[in-house]
Amino acid sequence: MATRNLLLVGTRKGAFILEGDAKRSKWNLRGPLCEGWPIHDMTIEPGSGAILAAGGNEWYGPAVWRSEDLGETWTHSSEGLTYGDDGANIPTVWNVTAAHGSLYAGVEPAGLFRSDDRGATWTHVEGLTNHPTRPEWQPGAGGLCLHSIVPHPTDPKRMWVGISAVGAFETKDGGTTWETRNKGVRADFYPENKYPEFGQCVHKLVMAADGGEHLYQQNHCGVYRSSDGGRQWEEITPGLPSQFGFPMAAHPRDPNTVWTIPLNGDDQGRYVPDGKPAVWRTNDAGGTWIRSGEGLPQKDAYVGVLREAMTADALDPVGVYFGTSTGQLYGSADEGKSWRIAADNLPAIWSVEAAVID
Amino acid sequence: MATVHLPRSLVALFPGTERRVDAAGTTVAEIIAALDTQVPGLRNRLVDAGPVLRRHINVYVDGEPADLSTPVRPTAAVHIIPAVSGG
Repeated sequence: MATRNLLLVGTRKGAFILEGDAKRSKWNLRGPLCEGWPIHDMTIEPGSGAILAAGGNEWYGPAVWRSEDLGETWTHSSEGLTYGDDGANIPTVWNVTAAHGSLYAGVEPAGLFRSDDRGATWTHVEGLTNHPTRPEWQPGAGGLCLHSIVPHPTDPKRMWVGISAVGAFETKDGGTTWETRNKGVRADFYPENKYPEFGQCVHKLVMAADGGEHLYQQNHCGVYRSSDGGRQWEEITPGLPSQFGFPMAAHPRDPNTVWTIPLNGDDQGRYVPDGKPAVWRTNDAGGTWIRSGEGLPQKDAYVGVLREAMTADALDPVGVYFGTSTGQLYGSADEGKSWRIAADNLPAIWSVEAAVID
Repeated sequence: MATVHLPRSLVALFPGTERRVDAAGTTVAEIIAALDTQVPGLRNRLVDAGPVLRRHINVYVDGEPADLSTPVRPTAAVHIIPAVSGG
């Protein structure tokens, strides 16, 4: 059977699925799916090939949606996705990630849930909520959301999460206990201590291709890399036009290559600098950065790109894709060197995920 | 049995569910619990932590605004209506 290239796109008003040709240059769109619910994140479950979509509806609450026929039909569940009747309401799910036979959901207000039955029921990972810093967690502008879930590629007991505006955490015991992982990450918005143990505004946390210890993050206050599982971070912002941005994507094979999309600044509109969209990549782990705006509008395009709205596929050369908060979806079939539009006039794009299926 | 009128946007989440269903119960909470046995997962769409009705879900019993504790007569008409909100 021929390989199929899919893009899973979560928007403010439903999910969409695009299927590309062999060159990844032309895309056919299906949607809106998931009954037009706001969808923060989509992914493919390894093994089953099921599509998962995470979000929340203003009337009907949070849910993780599941389709086992590539989006033709869907089920959904939020059974167990609760802090209990005495706990805070959960309005939405920000992230769904499959790892080691389980599913994980990151929610708002920040917390982690696990499902061992393919999303039918969920269990609260209480160890994170019980972290001694929890009473002091403060939300970012997007809310107190757990938006990044980074499983270890081989050790099911290790995982990192990113929470706005709290920072990164790691567990080594399957979620029972967690440690902060923010050393070296700046927090400009505090009056005195700019390097606290927690309270950093991580925007997106990703793992490098060699897996396990090399991490990258786009933060409210810069771009960072770590070579020791987040115990220490090193800033790699120099060379970028701004320290501020939301998304970040990692190369599937080269641990030194990541892509990011700087925005002009947190207090200057949060769109691309000078109205000229560009994706910036490094091929040397942040030592240098290369700008690519080829194929993107380079005049009067005041777009923004949100944290989950950029991804890379696993093909060679790697395809890179991003969606804007004004509904344009762009793709590159040459590892981010040149771009062409894949879809336009969509609702505000909140997430983009690439999937290659047989 | 009370007659429960469900909104289009709710039944769309549960393919095959009718807009008008019968359910037994003496309160709105019991009615919703009975609906959940017919349509698993439906309660989670209507009820938040507390438990309380979700903020933008309105329930009327015989035309009167209701909450989870509101009594329901055996022949009552129960309307579940999403609030007008959004953009």
